Amino acid sequence: MRVAITGLGCVTPIGNTVAEFRESLYAGRSGIAVFDPNMPGSIPDEKPMRFKTTAKVKGFDPLNNAAERLTSGVIVSADSSAQFGIVSARHAAAESGLLSHYDPTQIAIITGCACGGRAADEDANRNLYLHNARVPPTAILRTMASSGSSFIAIEMGISGSVLNISTACASGTHAIGLAFQMVRAGIAPAAIAGGYEAALTFGFLRAWDSMRVVSPTACRPFSADRDGMTLGEGAAMMVLEPLDAAVARGAHIHAEIVGFGMSADAHHITQPRAEGAALAMRRALDDITTTLGAPHLDSERWASRVGYINAHGTGTPTNDAVEAAAIHQALGEFAPHIPVGATKSFTGHSIGAAGAIEALATVLALEAGSLPYTTGVTEVDPTLNLDIITRESRALAPGKDIALSNSLAFGGLNAVVALRRYVS
Amino acid sequence: MDDIGSRIIELVAKSKNLPASDVKMDTTFDELQIDSLDKINLSFAVEEMFSIEIPDESLNSLKTVGDVVRGVESLLAAAPPDAAKA
Repeated sequence: MRVAITGLGCVTPIGNTVAEFRESLYAGRSGIAVFDPNMPGSIPDEKPMRFKTTAKVKGFDPLNNAAERLTSGVIVSADSSAQFGIVSARHAAAESGLLSHYDPTQIAIITGCACGGRAADEDANRNLYLHNARVPPTAILRTMASSGSSFIAIEMGISGSVLNISTACASGTHAIGLAFQMVRAGIAPAAIAGGYEAALTFGFLRAWDSMRVVSPTACRPFSADRDGMTLGEGAAMMVLEPLDAAVARGAHIHAEIVGFGMSADAHHITQPRAEGAALAMRRALDDITTTLGAPHLDSERWASRVGYINAHGTGTPTNDAVEAAAIHQALGEFAPHIPVGATKSFTGHSIGAAGAIEALATVLALEAGSLPYTTGVTEVDPTLNLDIITRESRALAPGKDIALSNSLAFGGLNAVVALRRYVS
Repeated sequence: MDDIGSRIIELVAKSKNLPASDVKMDTTFDELQIDSLDKINLSFAVEEMFSIEIPDESLNSLKTVGDVVRGVESLLAAAPPDAAKA
């Protein structure tokens, strides 16, 4: 069964609607900016961190903006990460008309969130340990990583398979991939899938600072002078349903999901290994045959149709080098000629939401036939031997209708979705 | 051996669950199977122990236990802990 994407929603550092996100992406407007060192919870007179920038969501207003409105009950019980997820899912479901066409008792909601309500956790513990303050009764609810998926189900009355996946930086991609497999297999008639994260607290930034992997300025994926990642936050959600059903009801189809591959490096908790990521990419390509029912096409043949890779592309020296090696391993002779982009140069790395936001960017790229560039690159690292898109967007080449969206998490957990441009 | 050297050797040995006698000034990180994450953890512990900050560029050049000791001595000479706290 082929699977269509018929609804999109997002709350990101470059836009809180898909239209704003798309506009920023093609205009080259990055959401990375200097953060306030005196943010809530910060400790005065602490030595400064090694980095000064993050990519924060701007202007999110669930009290006053009708499109983002949440009840006071939800606001008090849901951390920002869950709030971003709820609003993104609402927009995706509204666009697709999901609830008018599918039985809500059967729809699935599969989300990715790795860090949970980090801000709520820090606030409660700080007040408890420093001031012996009582812990608010909502603290547990606000810290649950799965609360976003629960609140989406509650808001929409959806009672099918609802769960949250926590696989660090690959959570969002694992969520979309699993939802794709469920819809393709007929386990769920339709699904909402994506990721949400909002963990840019003082403690979280300090923890990343200690790991020495954050850029002092801003991430520059695949640049010769890249010096680290930039942390971000946000959410993206999409509605998946059978292609035939979407066509029959006249839904707008943004793109197809045609394959999913996952793997574990089984190697090291922080050091990535190219073989693991390559395996996930090859499995995603092999999986296209399962979806499209073309048994004569193996992963090598599908590789010839890949016209875009939305890389994990964190901007750390190690990640980008290992990912480049993995792309070469997985795509062989085609690798140097496939345009590669990294959305994190716009949105930062939003951990559990990253894969979903990047899948969204990939869907928009396929739909427009225009591949957004990677911003901030000073000079492409020539040792990687990849065709990194820089400075201006690039047309999707004719006949190259497949794109990969990679997520390579700490702990060596890899997830790759294969998407396809849809032509009616 | 001076105090800084013995304290760092003890720290390294403890981090790898080895007797201190197995760790010498010329023992390399490769010999101790200290990978990039171990190096970050070790540097953090050294920074805490001596109230110093090891710059990223110095971290990348550390290959032996002696490199760490000399680096700490140099950082302490440049900014003694008391002055750094002032």
